[in-house]
Amino acid sequence: MEKHLLKLKVNGQEYELYINPKTLLVEAIRDHLGLTGTKRGCETVSCGACTVMVDDMAVKSCAVLAMQVEGRHVKTVEGLEENGKLTPIQKAFLDHGAYQCGFCTSGMIMMAQTLLNENPHPTEGEIREGIEGNICRCTGYNSIVRAIDATAKGNYKEDKS
Amino acid sequence: MIHDFTYLKPGTLREALSMLADHKDEYKIICGGQSLLIVMRQGLVVTDYLIDIKGLNELSYITYDEREGLRIGATTTHRTVETSELIKQKYPVLVAIEKRLASIQVRNWGTIAGNLAHGDSSGDLAPTLIALDGKIKLSSARGSRTIPLEEFYTGLFETALNKDELVVEVQVPPARLLTATAYKKFNLIESDQAVIGVAATVAADRNSTCRDARIVLSNAGVTPIRAKSGEKVLIGKKLSDALLTEAAEAAANEADPVSDIHASEEYRRHLIRVLTKRMVRQAWEEAIRLG
Repeated sequence: MEKHLLKLKVNGQEYELYINPKTLLVEAIRDHLGLTGTKRGCETVSCGACTVMVDDMAVKSCAVLAMQVEGRHVKTVEGLEENGKLTPIQKAFLDHGAYQCGFCTSGMIMMAQTLLNENPHPTEGEIREGIEGNICRCTGYNSIVRAIDATAKGNYKEDKS
Repeated sequence: MIHDFTYLKPGTLREALSMLADHKDEYKIICGGQSLLIVMRQGLVVTDYLIDIKGLNELSYITYDEREGLRIGATTTHRTVETSELIKQKYPVLVAIEKRLASIQVRNWGTIAGNLAHGDSSGDLAPTLIALDGKIKLSSARGSRTIPLEEFYTGLFETALNKDELVVEVQVPPARLLTATAYKKFNLIESDQAVIGVAATVAADRNSTCRDARIVLSNAGVTPIRAKSGEKVLIGKKLSDALLTEAAEAAANEADPVSDIHASEEYRRHLIRVLTKRMVRQAWEEAIRLG
């Protein structure tokens, strides 16, 4: 089996990988780059635990071949904080206890962040529609919605100190 | 586990078509892969060559012309259609179905042609486009042909694509006066696949009489099904409850639904009756209201 050279940019850093072309983006991120914040959940494009951003779009990395993101910019949950400072959405998730087991959290946060990037002032209905592709098996949706809502309302500022 | 394959990534449409000609029988085409990668992982699809057209930006476009109508390029994503101002103005039903087609993540990466070519009869896009009298353009190194989308589906996950052909474009006739299309699916999770979906188009005349109609069913057989006997009931008539009941009954009889874990055949026929009545009424009233 022929391995392919893949040049990709993840969280601002350039990488070169030699991979089997059947490698999924989630496998490249976790197994080749060691960024295990992104989770493998259902692997049938249902649960959203593997959600990452590709060129600022939320996608499910279990349903994208790593080869398909050549030349694009991937952002994972590890890429949100800067210099150890959490982003507003991350702080809000902590404050609102917007997780129980935590398995859906990275996907949820990545989806929430793209939702807020596209629509900075969503209604509760728009928030719920926005995270429709992300399943929280502990069913802690209300605290997740509250955390996103609090971020949208500006209760959490970016820490620039 | 996904079986090994040789990965080919054409840089242009021309190059893609020559790859298809070179590897007849042995390839699968991937675009967004939102359906294909699942069945490949399940081992249901095994292929020697995987030809990746996701990067063919020359096929990512939406154009509209008052004479030619709407054209959507193959690699255009669902989200691009959903957020297109042009489509919102001319074909609002397409925006409405796109919002419920799948999760945002899937709509961001999945493409129009991938959805149509996958051939899943429980899709939303195919029945809606058939109700809009849509066509599909298929190209190969030998040339191109454009066929009604209705004729594209030939069997369970089977299409009219020849071994060396690629879906390159979807075409919809210009939006017409006194004509509207509505689509509704029934399911338990809003963005999930349809248990049953019904698309209806009604073209009215100045007296609000039905001039032409289309009723297209999703997940009511191995392909999207046009309920022609239901359509016939409507043509030349005025809107009434009795007429809708008669058309819905005809549509339910024309369908060929299966029983599965989601619904029994009987329940599916019931859903076809309910949704046909609602969608025909909605399309009819909208056609008159919008003029």
